[in-house]
Amino acid sequence: MQFLSYLINGLGLGSVYAIIALGYTMVYGIAKMLNFAHGDIIMIGAYIAFFALTKFALPFPLAVLAAIAVCTMLGVLIERLAYKPLRQAPSLAVLITAIGVSYFLQNGAQILWSSSSKVFPSVISTGSISLGSASVSYLTLLTIATCIVVMICLTLFINRTKTGSAMRACSEDKGASMLMGINVNMIISITFAIGSGLAAIASVLLASTYPSVYPTMGSMPGIKAFTAAVFGGIGSIPGAFIGGLLLGIIEIFAKAYISTQLSDAIVFGVLIVILLIKPTGLLGKKINVKV
Amino acid sequence: MKEKSSVFSRFGDKKNRGRLMSFALVIIAYIAVEVLLKTGSLGSMFSSLLVPITCYVVAAIGLNLNVGISGELNLGQAGFMSVGAFCGICVSGILAGSITAGIPRLIIAIICGAVLAAVFGFLIGIPVLKLQGDYLAIVTLAFGQIIKSIFMNAYIGIDTEGLHFSFVESNFKLQPGGKMLLNGPMGATGTQKIANFTIGTVLVIVALLVVYNLMFSRSGRAIMAARDNRIAAESVGIPISRTKMLAFVTSAALAGAAGALYGLNYSTLVPNKFDFNTSILILVYVVLGGLGNMTGTIISTVVLILLPELLRSLQDYRMLIYAVVLILIMLVTNNEWLMTKWKSLFSGKAKGGA
Amino acid sequence: MADNTDKNVKAPVLDVQDLGIDFGGLTAVNDLNMQVYDGEIVGLIGPNGAGKTTVFNLLTKVYKPTRGKIYFDGKDTAGKSVVDINKAGIARTFQNIRLFGNLTVLDNVKTGFHNVIPYSPITAILRLPKYFNSEKEINEKAMDLLKIMELDKYADYKASNLPYGAQRRLEIARALATNPKLLLLDEPAAGMNPQETAELMDMIRFVRDHFKIAVLLIEHDMKLVMGICERITVLNYGMMLAQGTPEEIQSNPEVIKAYLGD
Repeated sequence: MQFLSYLINGLGLGSVYAIIALGYTMVYGIAKMLNFAHGDIIMIGAYIAFFALTKFALPFPLAVLAAIAVCTMLGVLIERLAYKPLRQAPSLAVLITAIGVSYFLQNGAQILWSSSSKVFPSVISTGSISLGSASVSYLTLLTIATCIVVMICLTLFINRTKTGSAMRACSEDKGASMLMGINVNMIISITFAIGSGLAAIASVLLASTYPSVYPTMGSMPGIKAFTAAVFGGIGSIPGAFIGGLLLGIIEIFAKAYISTQLSDAIVFGVLIVILLIKPTGLLGKKINVKV
Repeated sequence: MKEKSSVFSRFGDKKNRGRLMSFALVIIAYIAVEVLLKTGSLGSMFSSLLVPITCYVVAAIGLNLNVGISGELNLGQAGFMSVGAFCGICVSGILAGSITAGIPRLIIAIICGAVLAAVFGFLIGIPVLKLQGDYLAIVTLAFGQIIKSIFMNAYIGIDTEGLHFSFVESNFKLQPGGKMLLNGPMGATGTQKIANFTIGTVLVIVALLVVYNLMFSRSGRAIMAARDNRIAAESVGIPISRTKMLAFVTSAALAGAAGALYGLNYSTLVPNKFDFNTSILILVYVVLGGLGNMTGTIISTVVLILLPELLRSLQDYRMLIYAVVLILIMLVTNNEWLMTKWKSLFSGKAKGGA
Repeated sequence: MADNTDKNVKAPVLDVQDLGIDFGGLTAVNDLNMQVYDGEIVGLIGPNGAGKTTVFNLLTKVYKPTRGKIYFDGKDTAGKSVVDINKAGIARTFQNIRLFGNLTVLDNVKTGFHNVIPYSPITAILRLPKYFNSEKEINEKAMDLLKIMELDKYADYKASNLPYGAQRRLEIARALATNPKLLLLDEPAAGMNPQETAELMDMIRFVRDHFKIAVLLIEHDMKLVMGICERITVLNYGMMLAQGTPEEIQSNPEVIKAYLGD
């Protein structure tokens, strides 16, 4: 049955979107900004993993850790240098700065590593297992499993740890959190660190699935994941998870059953329909205005 | 409700002076360029950028009406440009036999591009303007993507039997001697280049007239009132969605006109030209120029298009420098301490309250 | 209502019948009955949280009532929008001032003429003669309103730069521009000093006489309420506690108890 294998492939792609979307949504929830450079962090992560695997011949887990470490530091650095001075600035100024950072990363990568794409080594076994009549690659299963683990860890972190509850407090009301003695700047840095770390995980999965690494590879997955975050209700962690999975499934089904070329149009079309029915996304909070 | 006051503070009360200044700027720039062209002292690189600059200026003026005056973030302006561009190319292609003179055909194409983009703007505006804030922005982004992928898959041609249209390449057949207008991902090829800088300048002036005349009128006040305080605007009888729609559609129409001019400036044009990055680029012109500030928009558009060309000697590093300049401008202009210093420098007085 | 049978009494401009609203099971306003007649100044008072602003939001259709009817000018207002209600002739000010902060003081008032002196965007873009005539009329009328509210010297200021008291008066001017039959003022004297409040009282009286409109106002400043209101409705916990002339209200034991606590 084709349907089942499309569904699982959709879940696989959706898992990648979900992991990226989690980064978007956490940063939005806490810093209230659309971090357009998030997609480019993915690209950096992919390059780091690529060089760790090829040039330094590190084992796969170490390569992933290297990518996570570099992306986490990069995320925090970007936040400190570019976004923190704009805490009080209008949101459009922050958006443009994020775009500037995105250009910077893309062009920096192009200078350092040239614009031609590099083939990502296939480290994860290319084999597949059959589920009924559908065959599913190990990579897809690993992607889905990673996403589930990430989601569980993140939920536990947010709900069970002191830092997690401080994060929730910050996303509700930064001013009040500061009065309660929460170091808001620290919380924002941690949020960027986690978001960027997740982007690094996503980058390895993405680069393994489509085995090529190039300077603009992060843009489209970035936009899609951003869409997924809005889809689920931006600022909501379960929303990003569900939004990412749904987006992946819709994209694969649209490609399989309708048209490969028009699949993007269909994905964005569904987003518009969802937002018309639920103007703040699937799990987004309703905004109340006091008159 | 979070008021977006600080963003718009650059829109001051010296409106008449600003209005005159922008017209003067355009006319002086036009004369200067024409003189340089006549004396042959303008390099081919710069003269080839003249028409694109006027196109982006018009699209950015339109976007500023939407983002600065109406206060709604639009991430899909390039989508409207592409509607205008391909509509203009098709119209020009269809009329090529009946109207041989370039200028009238160009003007008709621009008008058609503007009208079709306005129609798209209206249809898109119905769902978009039901949303608010970042949700509205993402839907404009989505529409930009949808428009792009539609053009990537559109096949339009004309032959003796009339106009043909299809979304599937294999279904698309033309009679011998027929002319392909749009060829899917290849876009438009073999377009007759009829755009010129004079028409571009006229279009910029028309765009300025439209936006200023709208701004300083009943409708413009309503648009700004709806931006500043939605609830209060409704309480004085201003219908919010209709008002926002007016700004959105006008902005789309200007982008459409700009697109038509752009499309007719090149012999080939691919749909990918008008992607998300182009929308963002236009948004950057608007934000750097100052929200609601049309003169600033013109200047920032020209500077930012020329900047990468001026940095050409730096080769690979030019886009990197461009990015750094972008970030630094944002950091500096939003730094209160620096801006107070800057202002007191100009007023020539001791530092007073901002 | 009983009053309608009496032919000597005019029909009220505003007639509220058994009005109520619940927010998620919580009753904010209940069983409210009140009338406002042409040319009257009526006060709506009550302790904090009594539901006064909620009543204004119900009257202007910001909220849809759960129960009851609101008749304005003899017509049921059910199903009307905020914009419709303003067109019908109810204008309001806001407790937490809501001006168009980036517009000039004059432009703030001009927005009020949106439906009073309309012309199309095409007229504006093409600068047709109708544009110039309409704008001239709007400008004159807006300046007149600014003079009445003693704001003419601020005409070219950015609205957000005005002093607090002037901002409250500007909201009144903007509301008056919409040519209302009934003006709702939500704490017009809040944040004003005694002298400003005294001037405001004169202005409200002048506005009522000059434009021949009814005024319904929420206010905590008892000197203002008792000084200019002909009738007063007292709300407590969303219910009507008392209704009557200022003298009656001041001597009503229920009202005193509600204000001073048990």
